[in-house]
Amino acid sequence: MVSIDVWNASVDFPIFDAKSRSLKKLAFGKVGGKIESEGRVPIIEALHDITLSLKDGDRVGLVGHNGAGKSTLLRLLAGIYEPTRGQSRIVGKVAPVFDLGVGMDPEISGYENIMIRGLFLGMSRKQMETRVDDIAHFTELGDYLQMPLRTYSTGMRVRLALGVVTSINPEILLLDEGIGAVDAAFMAKARDRLKDLVARSGLLVFANHSDEFLAEFCDKAIWMDEGHVKMFGSLREVLTAYKGYDPFERMHPHEETPVLSGNGGE
Amino acid sequence: MQATSTPGQAEAPPPVKSRTFKRAFADVREAWDHRELWGHLGWQDIKQRYRRSVIGPLWITISMGTTALALGLLYSVLFETNVPTFLPYVTVGFIVWNFILGCITEGTDVFIANEGLIKHLPAPISVHVMRMVWRQVLFLAHNLVVYAVVLAIFFTALDDPYTITKGGIEHPGLSWTIVFAIPGFALLAVNAVWVALLFGVISTRFRDIPPVVTSFINLVFFMTPIVWDAGVLQRVTGGDGNDWRMLIAELNPVYHFVEIVRAPLLGHAVDWHHWVVVGGFTVVGWFAALVILRNYRARVSYWV
Repeated sequence: MVSIDVWNASVDFPIFDAKSRSLKKLAFGKVGGKIESEGRVPIIEALHDITLSLKDGDRVGLVGHNGAGKSTLLRLLAGIYEPTRGQSRIVGKVAPVFDLGVGMDPEISGYENIMIRGLFLGMSRKQMETRVDDIAHFTELGDYLQMPLRTYSTGMRVRLALGVVTSINPEILLLDEGIGAVDAAFMAKARDRLKDLVARSGLLVFANHSDEFLAEFCDKAIWMDEGHVKMFGSLREVLTAYKGYDPFERMHPHEETPVLSGNGGE
Repeated sequence: MQATSTPGQAEAPPPVKSRTFKRAFADVREAWDHRELWGHLGWQDIKQRYRRSVIGPLWITISMGTTALALGLLYSVLFETNVPTFLPYVTVGFIVWNFILGCITEGTDVFIANEGLIKHLPAPISVHVMRMVWRQVLFLAHNLVVYAVVLAIFFTALDDPYTITKGGIEHPGLSWTIVFAIPGFALLAVNAVWVALLFGVISTRFRDIPPVVTSFINLVFFMTPIVWDAGVLQRVTGGDGNDWRMLIAELNPVYHFVEIVRAPLLGHAVDWHHWVVVGGFTVVGWFAALVILRNYRARVSYWV
């Protein structure tokens, strides 16, 4: 049973400038008393008093303006940041997909990168070996997989990263925006795989700006604003409040939104 | 703690504390369970460094071989010692020192260098430390080739009882005690992990530590009996264990660490007090590292 619970959690970043990061300042700062407010480390409060409860089967979209705290929230949910105040509890194996480039090494071949990326996502070497052919087939990279990654175009790298991510079996899947640098034909294919993946994973949190994407994968949504959860509810409610109109009315009539009506369990 | 009534909030917050020894132990244990990951990455680091070079990782061995040869010859001339016993001494000392040096200098940098991974993938922070130590172990394995060559060449000189410095301790020569090198090195590697954890976390917060360490580490090299023999101290003090000059080596922890690996490999007399000192450091060091890990493990991703 997977779940993520967060109670009154805040994430504060200390911003050390070059000076206050040094021992000298700490040592002399104590001796000489407080040097006005500059003596203290300035803090950025990226998330403030977040309380959330996500359960098995939840497919949650994450919306908000740039800098609203979406990525930080995803990292909090992934367990990368433990809350500075408040508490969090994450039950289940987390597969975060925040940056398609991290964990990729430009100097080694595509195959080796598939292996490393898989290991990072919690797969064993054996598990990855059984998946490599499937990934190679999906990415359509063919002989290019023998080439070092630095010879790849951006789109090819995205293909590779998506191929790995969509082949694993995560319990909690956290997707940040940024998937979209590939051509339309491949995107259609990737969409199917992503859908598959979402169906397999127990819990999904997906930050995205595209209404269609959100409608396809999510049934709930969180609206982040200035580090607060401004709204948490059904996708349609939240999107309507966030955008100021009901985005589902404008979608093509043939595009049904079955995910919405279901409970997200399928 | 206030009870916030958000819809769907099932229960009250559990009384779990993030700063517990249990979590610190869990971090190390989980990192150990990830050994397939850091094992693979450690290899990758080595392969990567020598990609596109013709003889690849053999360069590690070659550079160690030339350094050991040059230093061994130079210092055996300076100290008027016997080359067939002194050259192996310098070689092994230098191989062990290189491992210690790598673990300390790269240990201070271990989290800073892995900023991207720490911020993007939830993994126990000890994973990065174990990857680094494993990489150093692999380097050492490459350097052992030099040891094997030196041993083959000077075997006859090392096989019989010998002294390195005139008037120093007489060593019994190579024997079955060579197997002590294995637990000795294992102990050294276990210590490398706590050193990197401790220094790594502190350096991530205080960025002055890495330059401080790099500037003082050379001094430590010269203070440690690596290119000189502790037997010299024996001679100048006339074997008086209470002479303050004996403390030059005894107060240097690195000396004891080098000695537990070096002595068996060269057939030196096994001196148990080195093992006791190293054992003490292992316990105290791991305790300090676990305290730091308990208090600041969760802060590392904020600090990098």
